[in-house]
Amino acid sequence: MDLAIIWESLPRLLDGAALTLEITVISVLIGLALAVPLAIMRLSPNPLLWMPVYGYILYFRGTPLLVQLFLVYYGSGQFRPFLDSIGLWVLFREAYFCAVLTLTLNTAAYTAEILRGAIQGVPRGDIEAARAVGYSGILLYRRIVLPKAFRLALPAYTNEVVFLLQATSLVSIITLLDLTGVARIIVARSFEPYKLYITAGLMYLAMSYFFILLSRFIEHRLSGHMRERPASGTAAPGQR
Amino acid sequence: MLDLKGYGWMLWQGLELTILVGLAAMALALGLGLLGAWGKLAQGRAGRWAAGTYTTVIRGVPELLLILLVYYGVPTLIQDIAEGAGHDIILDINPFVAGVITIGFIYGAFATEVFRGAFLAVPRGQIEAARAAGMGQALTFRRIVLPQMWRFALPGLGNVWLVLIKATALISVIQLEELVRNADIAARATKLPFTFFFVVSLFFLGITIVSMVVQRRAEVWANRGVRRA
Amino acid sequence: MKRLTFVAVFAALALAAGAAAADMKKVTLGTEGAYPPFNWIDENGDLQGFDIEIGDALCAAANLDCTWAVQDWDGIIPGLLAKKYDAIVASMSITEERKKKVDFTGKYYTTPAKFVRMKGSGIEITDEGLNGLAVGVQRATIHENFLRDNYGDIVSIKAYATQDEANLDFVAGRVDLLLADSMALQGGFLDTPDGESAEFVGPDFTDPRWFGDGAGIAVRKGETELLEALNGAIAAIRADGTYAAINDKYFDFDVYGD
Repeated sequence: MDLAIIWESLPRLLDGAALTLEITVISVLIGLALAVPLAIMRLSPNPLLWMPVYGYILYFRGTPLLVQLFLVYYGSGQFRPFLDSIGLWVLFREAYFCAVLTLTLNTAAYTAEILRGAIQGVPRGDIEAARAVGYSGILLYRRIVLPKAFRLALPAYTNEVVFLLQATSLVSIITLLDLTGVARIIVARSFEPYKLYITAGLMYLAMSYFFILLSRFIEHRLSGHMRERPASGTAAPGQR
Repeated sequence: MLDLKGYGWMLWQGLELTILVGLAAMALALGLGLLGAWGKLAQGRAGRWAAGTYTTVIRGVPELLLILLVYYGVPTLIQDIAEGAGHDIILDINPFVAGVITIGFIYGAFATEVFRGAFLAVPRGQIEAARAAGMGQALTFRRIVLPQMWRFALPGLGNVWLVLIKATALISVIQLEELVRNADIAARATKLPFTFFFVVSLFFLGITIVSMVVQRRAEVWANRGVRRA
Repeated sequence: MKRLTFVAVFAALALAAGAAAADMKKVTLGTEGAYPPFNWIDENGDLQGFDIEIGDALCAAANLDCTWAVQDWDGIIPGLLAKKYDAIVASMSITEERKKKVDFTGKYYTTPAKFVRMKGSGIEITDEGLNGLAVGVQRATIHENFLRDNYGDIVSIKAYATQDEANLDFVAGRVDLLLADSMALQGGFLDTPDGESAEFVGPDFTDPRWFGDGAGIAVRKGETELLEALNGAIAAIRADGTYAAINDKYFDFDVYGD
């Protein structure tokens, strides 16, 4: 079998992989920053706080990411005069912005739900003890609840990051040249589908396992005081 | 109301096909999931290795890429191999079949994990008791393990279904005329992309909500004999 | 659409029963269905356009029993090679690059490629004029190849799955120029309400190195029988006026060229 095409395409595929990683990291970081307040709002007893967040999470988890991406990218074109008038069109004009915006909103919804579960999983006793020594409000969350919740959420959150990495392949559909986008361009001209798609697949596999190993490392560091705990084996199913 | 410019019927047909692909893929995923769980739990090393590779690869490679690979890559790969061996074969994978195979294959990996967990959740003591009472391995599985496995597996399988049905949207890239594909055609023809993709997102939201309600009922039904704490 | 097709097929079968249907060779034609006015899908889900009518006329002339299959453009040659269909009738330009993979009939039409700009944008097609602009093209087309090879360092190329999506993004202002077949731009865009504020700019591009020798029908290598039947049919419909009748429904000049 002639594998020269793979070797020739490698520099371009690596460029694509760099964009894939860049979009993943940016979306993950902003998404996480949004997810923390969203999860706390979701748990609020005040319906004015939890209901909008519930609706947001339901919509972004209940519809396909591809449709969300089309909605933001092609859909925004339908409202161009309005977006122009409020000065936002310069942003929506860029496929890159639309991609990061959609992926961020999507991952924030999933992450908020993971964090909500984790916050609820923090033992009552821990919270009562903290209250007893005078913690309350933001300080209680910052010092006691969130650190514990993050640790509980880590396995599920790792899955989310890996899924987001793979979900970035959809940005190729809105003209971005990520790893999948580059592979499709080369296939279109060389008519060698399986060689390039398998190469790209292996590159995704490597990136996925990089994130998984990174998370295992972090988990190991965080759980030094409770070694010999069975690893949580069952992966949560994919999310998109 | 939203004006769909005569494309409403096309969306409706797309919805039918989306659900059909979803159900067919889910059936395949369940079959592969049982098989994979058996492979992972069995004593044989080959089975464990195969099941392990299967779940590893699926976890690490994007669905879109796998769909492109199955639809465009696999037929040419097989033809190239056959040609090398001096045969000329036609392998036409139509979009429906390619979609069902790919989606079923991907979510079979997740179903594998769900079934494995469910099997391990059945108390060992019950299995030992059944064996002690003289039941064979097959009978134990059928009478003791399987009925309880379903109960433990239901929440996980419900999640697999919710994710799977959304993943069918990706089959639109291999021109199966499901919801997203038809919305795309309508959006291009009418220049109203927001309208059509928004309607389609509501269709999916509807499927999700209905599925969640059904799942909750099924869980209540499956747990009917279990005492609550 | 499914039901309608079924009824139509049933009716056709009933009519053809007893006729010489048995000795007609079955051929599946692949097209894109997203390239007006040459081929598109209407609101009933049926294929329409110049390519479709020409394809049907060729099948009638060559006594072939044809059905259509729709395939996205960037997978259209892989689809042919994977034997999902037997011939591509989808305004595919006959280029050297593609000839390495498939065989072509003679052309059945030829039109030049052109850029389109917004009226009043003042964009000129020179190296300086194009510098830093975003150009929309359809993925896996001769236009994309031409841009990458000639202006790849100057412009930012946005490749879309369909020409319609490129047009949509041009209207939305995401790309500054479009490069495509002039007739596809004329009939599929400039003549529509969205295209009112746009216009052609720059020269006709016809360099055969990129743009080939007109649009032909692609078949798998070695399928000489089908290739010759189609070549014969092209000559036949040119001669008996069928081509001209179809041509006049879509264009006000003969797109076959000279």
